[in-house]
Parts: sequence; C-alpha cells; structure tokens
Amino acid sequence: MTKIGLIVNPIAGLGGSVGLKGTDGMVEEALRRGAEPLSNARAAAALRELLPLRDTLLICTGADQQGGSCAESLGFKTRILHEASPRSDAADTRALAKKLIEEGVRMILFAGGDGTAADIYEAIGEKQPVLGIPAGVKIYSPVYASTPKAAGELARLYLAGTLTTLREVEVLDIDEELYRRDRVDVRLRGYLTIPEEKRLMQGRKAPSPLSEAAAAHAIAGSIIRDMEPDTCYLIGAGTTTRRIMERLELPNTLIGVDLICNKKLIEADVYGSRILELSEGWPLKLILTVTGGQGFLLGRGSQQLTPDVLRKIGKENIIVVATQKKMAALGGQPLRLDTGMEELDGQLAGYYRVITGYDQVVVAKAE
Amino acid sequence: MKRIDRSSKVRTHFHQAKWDEPIIFELSTPGERGVSVPKAGQAVAAAVGDGVSDLPAALRRKERPALPEISQNRLLRHYLRLSQMTLGADVNIEIGQGTCTMKYSPKVNEQLAKKLWEMHPLQDEDTAQGILQIFYETDQYMREISGLDKFTFQPGGGSQAIFLMASLVRAYFESRGEDRNEVITTLYSHPSDAAAPAVTGYKIVYLQPDPETGLPDPEAFKAVCTDKTAAFMVANPEDTGLYNGQIGELVKHAHSVGALCCYDQANGNAVLGVARAKEAGFDMCHFNLHKTFSSPHGCSGPACGATGVVEKLIPFLPVPSVEYDGKKYYLDYGFADTKYGVTKVREFMGVAPVVLKAYCWIRMLGPNGLWQATKTAVLNNNYLFKRMMSIPGISAYYEDGNNQRVEQCRYTMEQVTKDTGVTSGDVQRRMMDFGMHFWTSHHPYYLPEPITLEPTESPSRKDIDEYADTVAHIIKECYEDPETVKTAPHRSTIHQVDERWMDDPEGWAITWKIYNRKYND
Repeated sequence: MTKIGLIVNPIAGLGGSVGLKGTDGMVEEALRRGAEPLSNARAAAALRELLPLRDTLLICTGADQQGGSCAESLGFKTRILHEASPRSDAADTRALAKKLIEEGVRMILFAGGDGTAADIYEAIGEKQPVLGIPAGVKIYSPVYASTPKAAGELARLYLAGTLTTLREVEVLDIDEELYRRDRVDVRLRGYLTIPEEKRLMQGRKAPSPLSEAAAAHAIAGSIIRDMEPDTCYLIGAGTTTRRIMERLELPNTLIGVDLICNKKLIEADVYGSRILELSEGWPLKLILTVTGGQGFLLGRGSQQLTPDVLRKIGKENIIVVATQKKMAALGGQPLRLDTGMEELDGQLAGYYRVITGYDQVVVAKAE
Repeated sequence: MKRIDRSSKVRTHFHQAKWDEPIIFELSTPGERGVSVPKAGQAVAAAVGDGVSDLPAALRRKERPALPEISQNRLLRHYLRLSQMTLGADVNIEIGQGTCTMKYSPKVNEQLAKKLWEMHPLQDEDTAQGILQIFYETDQYMREISGLDKFTFQPGGGSQAIFLMASLVRAYFESRGEDRNEVITTLYSHPSDAAAPAVTGYKIVYLQPDPETGLPDPEAFKAVCTDKTAAFMVANPEDTGLYNGQIGELVKHAHSVGALCCYDQANGNAVLGVARAKEAGFDMCHFNLHKTFSSPHGCSGPACGATGVVEKLIPFLPVPSVEYDGKKYYLDYGFADTKYGVTKVREFMGVAPVVLKAYCWIRMLGPNGLWQATKTAVLNNNYLFKRMMSIPGISAYYEDGNNQRVEQCRYTMEQVTKDTGVTSGDVQRRMMDFGMHFWTSHHPYYLPEPITLEPTESPSRKDIDEYADTVAHIIKECYEDPETVKTAPHRSTIHQVDERWMDDPEGWAITWKIYNRKYND
C-alpha cells in the first residue's frame, strides 16, 4: 500500500468568481458575494486520474473539506490525520503538511493557490515530492500542474514509477493586497520538489518585461482600428490588454474585467451577472490575453467571466491578444481553457488567431 | 630535434593575430601619396582642358576631400593586418553559420568573374552575347532544377527575392481584381517570409511549430487559410533542418481557396536533384545563388535571389528577360504586363558576377553533381548531428519519431546553461579561441540557448570532427571551468565588447566624419 498525502485548501479560489483578486483576508466578503468553493471539485478531478491505482493507495489527509470527503467520495482508502478549524486557514495547511511528513507519505498532492504552496513550503521545506492541483485565483508558482486533470496524470505516472525525475521549482506568491491595487508583485517564497514532466507543468509566470510594451502598443493599435461601433467589448485582465485601455485613454483595472462600448467605458471591474445586465441587447465581444508562460486563456485570473458570460459571447467573439514573446515562451503548447466546466471548455476549444502585433497574428489551438 | 605534437584535433595553441592597428585616417601623413599621377601632357590638356572646369560649379568641391594620404606599402600593410584579424570563410572550418550554406566557392570562378569588370550594363547587346548567353542558360538550368517556367535574376539578395515574390502575389491579385489581405507563413520560415509581405501591405498569419514534430499543424493551416489568403510563403526545410513532408497537402489546400504558394528555397541545398517546387505544387520559388550555388556571400551586398514562377505569373516578372532567337541573345521587355507587372526590383539585370559564378558551378558539377552535392551535405549534417548529440548537455528539439534532419540543425545547450550558467553566447565567444566560430543565425529566437550549424557538402570528415571536438571541448570546460568560457575570448584579436553602446544611437559613429564630430572635437 502506497501512502500519499492530500491537502485541500477549501477556501482557495473563492475570491475569483466574485471579482475579488485572491482570497487572503477576503473569505467573508467572497461568501457574501455568493462565491462557491471550487477547490474540492478540482482536487476530485485530479484524484479521478488516480482511480486505476486505487487499491494500492492509502490517502492520508485532513477531515472533511481538507481532503477527507473528497477522497472518500471517490472510494479511496483514507487515514485522517488532522481536524481543521471551522474556517480552515493557513495554520491548518501547515499542520497537516507536517503530520503527512511524520506519516512518511511518498508524495503530497495539494489543491490551492500560490498562498497554499507557500504555506506547504514553510511547513515541510523542499525534502518531500509534492504536486499542486490548481485551484487558486491567480497561480504564479510552477509547482502547479497546468490543470487538475494534468496534476492527477502526473501523480499517477510518478506513483507508477513511469516518471522518476524530480526537480526543484520556485514557490512564487504575489502580494494580494497589491494585486487588488493592480500591481503584480511576484515574490520568491521558497522551493518545492516536484515530479518533472515538462508538458504537463505550468511554466513560471513572469511579469511582462518593459520591452514588451512596444509590442503591446502595436497590438492595441490593431485592436482599436478594428473595433466595431455599437458593440460591447469586455477587456480582460493583463498588461497586454491594459494597453488597449491606455490608448483609448480610459481607466483600466489591471486584474479585472472592464466593459467598453464605442471606445467609452461603460463600467470598470465588472463580473458575472453584472456583465450580462450591462450588455443586454448589445453584441458582446471579449478581448483576452494569454497568461504569460502558462498559456491559460480562461480560468486563471479571469473567474469574473462566468460560464453564462462566456456562453453569451461564444468562441467567435473572443479576441485573443499576446505578444510574440509570450507566445514563443509557450513553445507551441496549446492554449489552455480551464473554465471549470468541461462542456464549456469544449465549446470554446479550437483554433484562435492570436493578435501578436499590428496586422500580425499567430494561430494557436486552445483546448 | 623535438617533434611538434599535432595529435590533438582541438587547436589549444591557436591565437588570432592582434595588431594594434590604427584607423586608416590616423595613418594619414599630409603630402604622402600611394600613386603619383602624372600631369596631363600639353596635347591632352589642350584637347580636354584641366578636367575640372567643365563641371558645373555647384558640383565642384570647395575643399579637398578628407581622404587619408598614405603610401602604397603602408596601405598594403594596413589591410593585410586587418585581414589577419578576421576569421573569414577561407580560414576557419565554416560550419558555424547555420542557414547561410557557407559552402566552398571555387577560386577559379572568382577569376572568371573578374572578366566582367570590363563590361558595362548599358553595353550594346551585340557586344555582350557571352554574358547574355550565361543569363539565358542559367535560367534554363534553374527551370530544370525547380520545374518552374521562368526565372529572373534581378533581386540582389534572398530577402529582395522574397519581396519580389510578395510583389508578384500583389500584382497577380490586383490584375484579377481580387481583394485578399493575408499571407500565411510559419514561425520557422525565414523572418523575411513575414517581413516582405508585411512591407507589401499584407497581414501576416504565423503558424507555430508543433512542440513534438517541429512542423506546422495542417489543421491550424486549414483553419486560417481562407478566401482572404493571398499567399502561403514557406521555407522547407526550415532552419530546424526538418523537411515538411506534408507541404504538398498544405499547398493543395491553399490552391483550393485560390491562394498562391511561394517557396523560400534559401535552404535549397537540402533538395537539389531530390525535390522540386513544381512537384510540390508551388507557384513560385527563389534560390539564393550566393548560398546554394556557391557564389560567395556579399555581406548584404551583391548577391542574387533567383526567382522563378509558373507560366501564369510570367507577365508580372521584372523586365527585361534574356531571350534567344536562334542566332543571338537579346533583352526582351515584351512579355511583361505593363499595367500590373512588377517591372523592376533592381537596376539592369541583377548582379551579373554572381550569376556567372553560379553558372560555372552548375556547369562544373552537372545534374548528377548537384544531386551528389545535396547528398553529401545531408550526409555531412547527419554525421555532425550524431557527433553533436553525443556531447553531454547538447540536444535538439523535435527528436521524436522519424524526424531526420536534412542539411542543418538548430541544437540547444539549454541543459548546459541550466547546469553551469554558461550560455550559448559565451560558447560562441569561446569558439574564437580555437580559430572557429558559430554565428547568431538562430532567428527567430524560439529555442533556448541555440547553436545553429550547417556543414554543407564542403568540409571533410576530419573537418567536421575537428569542429565537433572543439564544441565538445568547450562544453566540458563549461562544467569544469565555467569562468574561462564566460570570460572568453582570451586568444582572439579583441576581448569582450561592451555591447551597451549598441543600444545608444547617440553614441554611434559609423563613419570617420561622424566619429570626429562626436568624439574628436
């Protein structure tokens, strides 16, 4: 019987779908806005990939929402090592991680965001193979696999002995307080050891360097020239899309979605139902950028774009922008859709013309 | 007497010449002359005057030209010293300029080309039958090599040939009244395949390489190739050295939506006598005579991008062409479409000496020789590939499956950099300490820490071994003594250059005059 650890941060990702950037210190507000916890569903998506090994695995985890219920619901044998406080917090993550080390698990799977990874590093350092299941609002740390499913696959390959190489990767975190004020401040928090399989891991996301500014300016020029009258445009988060707002001399929410029409701001920092309300009766297009180094089109930092909004927009009205450098960093990997709903991901999958400059596009597949 | 040990293939005792040679202007001594020109005799002076007074006043200098005044022997010494401080194509084993096809250029062809010094492009056709015949016959040879129907030699380089292809596309669709505004290319095609059509006003659509195969995804191509597509411009093989076996399928699809297909054959050394543009269905193609056909490179100067087209595009080619009426060769302007045709991309006929040298090379080798050249180039590259891949830390992307390299390969030393911090740029400089080099021909910079190598058919196995041994030696140094590599070159003419100056146009001084103005006042 192989013992593996599972830590779910039940509040990870809560802030995203209700227009909050990150969940640190914002749990109450997120719940008040009607946010629904996602991290257990994401952990389950990863664990499903381990079902072929179910009879040989013992999942050591925390009670209920910290992993227990998720593992048990899929029929895994579990050993509960920790009872989290009613409002699980960073201390619970750290406590469980330490207990897992004492238990001698072969690897630890954890679902959360950058903060969760940093907590795990603080608790156990880099001695233990771990792997992140992405469930946070914005994920910068390459310790996370690109999707929950990919995390499961990678863990399965590692546990089955197909993958044997381990490597240390950075644990990055961003200051969520600054992040809410539209500044991306990535900090190195430590290192964790993960199984290596290049295709399935998220690359380290870096803030766009200055030299990208000119490229983004050219992209903005191309977009603005082609904007149609009496059409609502949602401008997604990111430094590349921000340039469009700057060229239009409109205020912009860096990590958030703004709605414009006829080159005028309708409302800043909109989300979900508010978008539908404001765009009622108007054609709606969405301008998105690719998350640097990771290739996420949806599902990373864009939870404001709820399934209903995306369904209304449709694939043909999604305009993707990214600098050539950003695209090159993906090494030809497909763009990732991760709306949290497989059926919707399927509808939005296919080829996109990613605008990379003035009258210049790169064809990229999204899946 | 002690015998010198020459068993090492790596030239650990090499040192480039280093002369503290001043700029030629600094060698100038007032009054010193290389040649004393005699004054005109009385009879000559009486007939033509002083040679200056007849010039319009506005064209006459008010001051003497600021040229260096120097004797012949000092001048000769100066340039010989400078030449010793270069690492030219005839001095080093020229494998390191991948994509540039630096094959050996037979010196006899240089001698023949000198004959053209005596000619003028405006000479009467009757007195230029020889060179016209050479243009005519080279056209015939290129038709046979590519399968296309007519060639022009007017473009003065590869990029200008691609520019001509883009212009031909525009001319063709304008003549048909079709409004198409996009050109599709691949990311690994030469950057000019995107830049030239962009200059001609097209929107550029790039196809990315598949991370496994390195080749564009045919489905992505089909998703974007529509009735808006004017052309598909592509290099094959691309600079990764991978030949796209699906090219015919892509061309077929492009034709089904009415687009033209343009074949960048700058990497033509991989396919001479093996594959032709015609059979792949292309409407036009270009070859670099200064690469594939052994004319030397001209540092963006005199070169020739021979451009060929299918029958329906002939009227749009630049003028004139050279024709033969059974008795004599003549310049023909009559074939051109005067309303939509491209007419001119360069003065006269293009760079005649380059065409002459290519003609000589083709005649020397004959059809089987061309095929043999390609086979040898591919063999050499695959031998080098085996040698390179056996060096720990060096690898190549897209190795899976049956991805055999053709005539070149872009390697990566990503692992070495991860392990040691030494970059491809460092190794590049260290190569100079062994009398060799590799260049920065890795555009677009898509693969990390690249090394792009192309041996061509010219080097012997010993040459390739020496090159590979030198790379292996340096990679070993990266692990054992990284500082030596990072601080290289140590045995070259100059040490590391502070490249920050390159970023500051205000500091540039590209002529002596500007240098004096900025720094000597």
